[in-house]
Amino acid sequence: MIAGIGLSDYPKAPDLDGVQHHVLAMQRALADCGVAKADIDGYVGAGGSGVMIDDPVTMAEYLRVDHTYIDSTMTGGSSFEFHVQHAAAAIKDGLCDTVLVTYGSDQLSRMGRTLGTGGFHRAGQRIGGPIQYEAPYGNSLVGAYAMVAQRHMHEYGTTSAQLAEIAVGVREFAALNPDAMYRDPITVDDVLDSRMIADPLHKLDCCVISDGGGALIITTAERARDLAKPPAYVLGAAGAQTHWNISQMPDYTECAAARCGPIAFERAGLTPADIDTIQFYDSFTITVLMLLEGLGFCGRGEGGRFVEEGHLRRGGDLPMNTDGGGLSSCHPGMRGIFLLIESVRQLRGEAGEAQVPDARIALACGSGGWLSAIGTVILGKEHP
Amino acid sequence: MSREWARPIPGADGVSSTYWEAGARGELLFQQCPACGNRQLYPRALCTACGETPEWVQASGRGTVHTFTIIRQNYAKPFRDELPYVVAIVELEEGPRLMSNVTGVPADEVSIGLPVEVYFEVAAEGIGVPFFRPI
Repeated sequence: MIAGIGLSDYPKAPDLDGVQHHVLAMQRALADCGVAKADIDGYVGAGGSGVMIDDPVTMAEYLRVDHTYIDSTMTGGSSFEFHVQHAAAAIKDGLCDTVLVTYGSDQLSRMGRTLGTGGFHRAGQRIGGPIQYEAPYGNSLVGAYAMVAQRHMHEYGTTSAQLAEIAVGVREFAALNPDAMYRDPITVDDVLDSRMIADPLHKLDCCVISDGGGALIITTAERARDLAKPPAYVLGAAGAQTHWNISQMPDYTECAAARCGPIAFERAGLTPADIDTIQFYDSFTITVLMLLEGLGFCGRGEGGRFVEEGHLRRGGDLPMNTDGGGLSSCHPGMRGIFLLIESVRQLRGEAGEAQVPDARIALACGSGGWLSAIGTVILGKEHP
Repeated sequence: MSREWARPIPGADGVSSTYWEAGARGELLFQQCPACGNRQLYPRALCTACGETPEWVQASGRGTVHTFTIIRQNYAKPFRDELPYVVAIVELEEGPRLMSNVTGVPADEVSIGLPVEVYFEVAAEGIGVPFFRPI
């Protein structure tokens, strides 16, 4: 179960480098639950993305975690949903007792806002590996998701206004978070009137670029009983991958959520109707739509109508991204850990004005790559 | 789009060198598995369906736009000087799909299902990169 959570400073922390985000988040997670650093015997990270010194073996040395279990699974933004699954299995199997997961990025302060549209390769550079078949064409990160949105619109008649509704709802929650990057209310028209970045995705269909970091302390249920905060139990977790590079996506209107979702629900003995709040990877508005359909919160192709019905809004029956999400609050490159942290805050009743009344079961779903590797974690406040 | 190549250059490897060299001759190749018949791109050392070693087949070079986007913002050279442009997933009439640019048509006139045919640009010696334009 998840015993401790910690956030570093966001959305902009020019005085912190990536490793300092890891450290600050860890310090706060330890203080949150009262675990001593010396009790950590497992370390998990997805580093090597922003600052190359944050790969997990280097971080384990830097943090001086003398572990008997290490996992460096890197599936992009969904890494941390995979980490929870792996850590829970490792603890259950007795490989370790207490796992620390950390993430930190100074993306905004160090790199600026070019992640989505900056290109990954230099002009004239020789590109090896599978990306050699895409690099000559100047696609952007936004462009990859845009091609999914375009196909979804073609097959199902999904509209830009329906996608915009997702951004509007998330902004409503961001207004309640004093730390969120953007807090002023927006309308569907604001989204549609914002600059087109890669058709059909507008600027306000895209997540922010921020700094930020997060940490989790995962331990045994037995140990958690003596800690400072009520635990969030891992009821079911699963991950799946369909492709990595966007040209290899087998079906542009279905992602791996359709495979890992049913496994996670089965392990938890639950269905989508049992979920009180969802924290979804909202790199782009279309990402949310794909995860909703994949996990079975609505039928395939029905995501546009589903979001128009207001389920995801404050006061709806499935409030989503109650911290303001990546669309409005915090997205330092890989957002998956924040989905888990916000889920735990909701289950503890610590979400302040954004608290979902009587939230007992929360679902976090991360998307890594280009809707490539999807990780689903179902958390509950009661022992299963 | 005829110009000196200023884009990233595919780094030909043990399998892809055959693909890029064919491109330099004006031929688009895909792979087909002699064991199970699976057709695939990008080319690999194995059939993704059954694991056998695939064979090369020359494609007709015709296909349709399966999905696409119009890139309107890209900070990277040389693409920033070519905005807006179309990035597409093209489905060949033989089945396999690949990423490419669709050129020779205003970006706003590209749509899913648009019939396109291949042409090549030489990125470096022995490396011909496929692009598509409307038929």
